[in-house]
Amino acid sequence: MTTLLTLAVLVLVAVAIWQMTKIFELSQLKTEDSQVANDEDNKYNGYLLFAFLIFIYGITIFSFWKYTKVLLPTAGSAHGAEYDSLMLVSFVIIFIVQTLTQALLHYFGYKYRGKKGNKALFYADNDKLEFIWTIIPVIVLAGLILWGLYTWTEIMDINDEDDPIIVELYAQQFNWTARYAGADNVLGGANVRMIDIDNANILGLDESDSYGADDILVKELHLPVGRKVNFKMRSQDVLHSAYMPHFRAQMNCVPGMITEFSFTPITTTAEMRLDPDVVDKVKRTNAIRAKRAAKGEENSDPWEFDYILLCNKICGKSHYNMQMKIIVETEEEYNEWLKGQQTFKQTVASVQ
Amino acid sequence: MSATAHAQVEGHDDDHGHHHKETFVTKYIFSTDHKMISKQYLITGLIMGTIGIAMSILFRMQLAWPGESFPIFEAVLGKWAPGGVMDADIYLALVTIHGTIMVFFVLTAGLSGTFSNLLIPLQIGARDMASGFLNMVSYWLFFLSSVIMLCSLFVEAGPAAAGWTIYPPLSALPMAQPGSGMGMTLWLVSMAIFIASSLLGSLNYIVTVINLRTKGMSMTRLPLTIWAFFVTAIIGVVSFPVLLSAALLLIMDRSFGTSFFLSDIFIQGEVLHYQGGSPVLYEHLFWFLGHPEVYIVLLPALGITSEVMSTNARKPIFGYRAMIASIIAIAFLSTIVWGHHMFISGMNPFLGSVFTFTTLLIAIPSAVKSFNYITTLWKGNLQLNPAMLFSIGLVSTFITGGLTGIVLGDSTLDINVHDTYFVIAHFHLVMGISALYGLFAGVYHWFPKMFEGKMMNKNLGYIHFWITAVCAYGVFFPMHFVGMAGVPRRYYENTAFPMFDELTDVQVLMTVFAIIAAAAQLVFLYNFISSIFYGKKGSLNPWKSNTLEWTTPHEHFHGNWHGPIPEVHRWAYDYSKVDANGEYVIPGQDYIPQTVALQDGEEEMHH
Repeated sequence: MTTLLTLAVLVLVAVAIWQMTKIFELSQLKTEDSQVANDEDNKYNGYLLFAFLIFIYGITIFSFWKYTKVLLPTAGSAHGAEYDSLMLVSFVIIFIVQTLTQALLHYFGYKYRGKKGNKALFYADNDKLEFIWTIIPVIVLAGLILWGLYTWTEIMDINDEDDPIIVELYAQQFNWTARYAGADNVLGGANVRMIDIDNANILGLDESDSYGADDILVKELHLPVGRKVNFKMRSQDVLHSAYMPHFRAQMNCVPGMITEFSFTPITTTAEMRLDPDVVDKVKRTNAIRAKRAAKGEENSDPWEFDYILLCNKICGKSHYNMQMKIIVETEEEYNEWLKGQQTFKQTVASVQ
Repeated sequence: MSATAHAQVEGHDDDHGHHHKETFVTKYIFSTDHKMISKQYLITGLIMGTIGIAMSILFRMQLAWPGESFPIFEAVLGKWAPGGVMDADIYLALVTIHGTIMVFFVLTAGLSGTFSNLLIPLQIGARDMASGFLNMVSYWLFFLSSVIMLCSLFVEAGPAAAGWTIYPPLSALPMAQPGSGMGMTLWLVSMAIFIASSLLGSLNYIVTVINLRTKGMSMTRLPLTIWAFFVTAIIGVVSFPVLLSAALLLIMDRSFGTSFFLSDIFIQGEVLHYQGGSPVLYEHLFWFLGHPEVYIVLLPALGITSEVMSTNARKPIFGYRAMIASIIAIAFLSTIVWGHHMFISGMNPFLGSVFTFTTLLIAIPSAVKSFNYITTLWKGNLQLNPAMLFSIGLVSTFITGGLTGIVLGDSTLDINVHDTYFVIAHFHLVMGISALYGLFAGVYHWFPKMFEGKMMNKNLGYIHFWITAVCAYGVFFPMHFVGMAGVPRRYYENTAFPMFDELTDVQVLMTVFAIIAAAAQLVFLYNFISSIFYGKKGSLNPWKSNTLEWTTPHEHFHGNWHGPIPEVHRWAYDYSKVDANGEYVIPGQDYIPQTVALQDGEEEMHH
């Protein structure tokens, strides 16, 4: 695959160089010492501008054909569908405008390439035209702004309706911890000044706060499907960003403040693994990994799809490997899993 | 106003002969002549650009072939690439310094510094800047800041590595990463000096444009280059001081224990004393400059494009007044959109709504500019010189990159592509590549003005343009897909996530294009250097342009014009203007320089 791509690039470059040398030779033939473009230069560069238009279309089509499959699968969250359709509509608009304007720009470059004796049109102004191309973007953008703002307000309206689970995402160089609010569904107070590593109080929970006693600290995020989750983000050292691309969710974690994000997962991990796009992706990825295994290289174990939480704000040396697995499961499985976890009180007691 | 200015320059003219005794030092080093200062800016900018681009090649190789050993890594990076394998810390340092150098040292100083200095006096008809001395100080401060930035590369613990935005606490705490020690201190000192340099330059540009225009050069007769430089300088004066305050407060937090940006930090087993500060405050201060900075970089490039495109299309720029209005609208809006870098920073979501609104508004003047450029080409007689090709290329990448701004400026859509490669693709096309094309267009077009009539080789220029144009899209078009697949920026390698395995192919493709593009820049460097020494002299006005700089003689001397400064009688865009009979106003010549008086019965445009 790589070799194919490299070959394609080399061929393109070869064509480009061949064209260059042609221009070079042609202009050398005429012993004109001026470094100003002459009719010959205009002609060849005019053709090249047209060719370049085809190249732009070509690389667009190539990228879509080749890389559409690498894009993220269907959103696993309730607001994700709305996000995806807004994205789709934006992209349709972008591609219409892109195709038209690039065509005009390069076609004009080709069509009106200069020739001695040609006369350009003295055309300095046209209020009507300018009004048209001011008003069209205004209308289109107004539509996009309204739709975007409506969706944004919906997504960012973090409230306690529909009985959400409260989960804290706690970031530090270079790992994540999740804290569940426990049976009372209220997180106990916490501050980094109360961190006591020796006594297993790694998140700085206030040990005198009774809400915190039943909190549950885990290194793997489990979420019940169909239930709203309100995330509270904290960071203990530098900025981090909790990025959950499959849920179209992201929020920075800022030392000194608590940030929030909320979404409802709608597809379990098990269901997602059966999604045709995901099945294909896993197949392709495992083919790559099998090849690596055959060569005896590292990082070659077969992969199974999982939702993932990544750090998406530069945070230091191991920024590239700060992750936590997310598992979306049925309510029963989730409750089962939760029961098996130690509460904060139990953890502290067991250490002491 | 312009009458007085004229009287002053006439007076200046009398003692003009006294200026000629110059030593090597006053002519080439501590020169107060704007033409020499512009060359100093350009050459310093090109040297910094070479370093910045070379860095990008290093980290692109790491991205395409993660963890692989390259002898070149060991040769260049030394102890930071043991056995030729790049270290994760130095990877972050490379992306940080690449960003800093390209944005500030190449595209702010190298582009705006070069062409504002060269063109403002020449195109408005002035003997020099309002203050030649301040201008010289401005360059030498820039030089000093460049030297400090380069020195920071050789610091024991490594250069700054917190990203070019140097968000605290990462940039504030030496224990958070090695680059946040001495390297970051030098970065901050270098930037503080850079800001001082930029302010001195900008104030000078503003005063010069307002006060020193020659007789007849009203604001509405100014070439669009000057409008762009003028407005750029104003944005610089408004926003750079805010970055200085951010840098100073960060220096205080780092060195004097204050808590402007820091609070509640537990790192390496201990709680730090900082209490009550907020990193979000830093983000506001940084982006209050950071976003206008994008336009500080871009507007001069667009100004250059307007001038080059009109001259080479042999047509007036379409919608001169709309272009000025767009420049001013972009400048104004650019100062109230900074929050779109912070939608998910934890600031109030309502603020996000406001910034989405202002951000998408800025698309309107940008669209107007693009359409006006396209219409300028329509029915032209296009002289496809290298500068013209770069200008057309600029419009192309400006549109491609600008359109994806619709996605990023929308707070909703930003959620999932924020800080991914989608952003990298977007801003490299819309401000990186576009502004570089503007820089190249300017260099090819005004090279004869800088180097006493010598011209760059056009065929090498064509090779340079076409390879660069193809490779720029080759690098950054597929990059959008990498971003939409969810790959975060500033990852040393993507191997920790099996979901990114199949993207290695794309990374290889992009890196191959990037290496070819970098090689093409060597063609430019060769052409540039050899033309300085061996370039063929062209005529006084090789591009048959209307503007005043082409009325000056080839040789450089302080004062620009022998004798009085020419008077201006018309705007800069009377190309292919015809009289009632459809004949050129000046028979046999498709352009009318600004110094030519209105002919009998000729109607003046736009005043």
